[in-house]
Amino acid sequence: MAMGVNEEQILRSALQGSRRDLSRLLSLIESGHEITIPSQKSWTLGVTGPPGVGKSSLIGNFVNYWSSRGDKVAVLAVDPSSPKSGGALLGDRMRMTSADSGDSVFVRSLATRNHPGGLSAYISIMIDCLAACGWDRIVIETVGSGQSDYRIAAFADRILLVDGPDRGDIVQAEKAGIIELADIIAVNKSDMEGSEQAAETIRSSLSMDENPPTVHLVCSHDGSGVDAMMKDIENCIYEARCRLRARERLISAWDFRLLRHPELNRVLDLLETGSITVEEAVKSLSKSEE
Amino acid sequence: MLPQPPNRLLEGSRLSASIVEMKVIIAKPGLDGHDRGAKVIARALRDGGHEVVYTGLRKTPAEIVRATMDEDAAALGLSTLSGAHDVLIPAICQGLLDEGLSGILVFAGGIIPASDRSALHDLGIRAIFGPGTKTSEILDFLNEVSSRKDSGEPVGVGESSQWRWE
Repeated sequence: MAMGVNEEQILRSALQGSRRDLSRLLSLIESGHEITIPSQKSWTLGVTGPPGVGKSSLIGNFVNYWSSRGDKVAVLAVDPSSPKSGGALLGDRMRMTSADSGDSVFVRSLATRNHPGGLSAYISIMIDCLAACGWDRIVIETVGSGQSDYRIAAFADRILLVDGPDRGDIVQAEKAGIIELADIIAVNKSDMEGSEQAAETIRSSLSMDENPPTVHLVCSHDGSGVDAMMKDIENCIYEARCRLRARERLISAWDFRLLRHPELNRVLDLLETGSITVEEAVKSLSKSEE
Repeated sequence: MLPQPPNRLLEGSRLSASIVEMKVIIAKPGLDGHDRGAKVIARALRDGGHEVVYTGLRKTPAEIVRATMDEDAAALGLSTLSGAHDVLIPAICQGLLDEGLSGILVFAGGIIPASDRSALHDLGIRAIFGPGTKTSEILDFLNEVSSRKDSGEPVGVGESSQWRWE
């Protein structure tokens, strides 16, 4: 489907540097409008981890680090929508104290809007748009509480997993698979008791891996450890995990396609009453798609 | 190539069809450290089906204008309890106009004496909510805004309309 006149005009204006139209462009993508833009070379970082470990605060440090070096930083901060009301409280911006600091920083909050398959269908086109508009560093923040959440992070070319002291969440997360995707792990709140031990636990649980992610102890509050980690983030060799990430992206797109299938409800009805098997359901959903 | 994404929120994900979702910024301008009210409003709007971005405390007018633009918000709610509303709110309204954001709906709340209200209304502030306001009233206000917008009536801060919520 071709782009409408309005869409084309907004895209052109955004590419010419209009910040207001870039922001409108992202809204168009978010609400399902088709935007066609050639695939871009971009630098992307996915940041994920359990709620409350300080992902947004840490991204605030990244923003300062890069913008003081002359890079333009864009952040897409994803938060869940309420399944009950459909509304959302998007609080990441509040934690990024540098969010509104200048022309070289762009922060956009995104609600998942209960889209089947999450935001996966929109995120790569958003990345392409931001890159085409001259944003050098693109950060995607997402709560890593479920697979469809952290899969959003897999749309970035490198992944930072954030944890805090005393949580043990990362070791738990090992089961969920996110740890295999991480290039770097940050244990935040290094000023708190137990953080060193948490980092050590993670390191030892990874010691058997072939290409283990590096584990950094940082404190977003006073910035300690952040510079060293940034160098690592910029230089991390991520090729080893390329295939895994591609796999996650594919599964995301597949999920999206399945859950948007026009026959989905009919097939579910049949499955529910037991008149077809799961095998048959899969067959009929892949057949009528062609 | 991915299939065409849906146009709107999923059917059935909202409490009722009459509630139209809007992206709203709730902001705390100036040196005012009290945000219990702002947080209650943010939560109530979320529960009413809106997407709410809270800016956090002590934002300058320029920062608030920038956040409104970057988030492509439809509405901006300003909470002020410091007494500086007659300086901060005009500065924000002017900033929105300077950036070409005259279509943004702006409303205010907090401690704003009755004698100061008509000047703010004249700037294009469409509603001022004081202490004791029920959160449902603010949702009613946003619903009213939506239906006025749907019928093509201008409600933005820089758009000429005498309408205000009173």
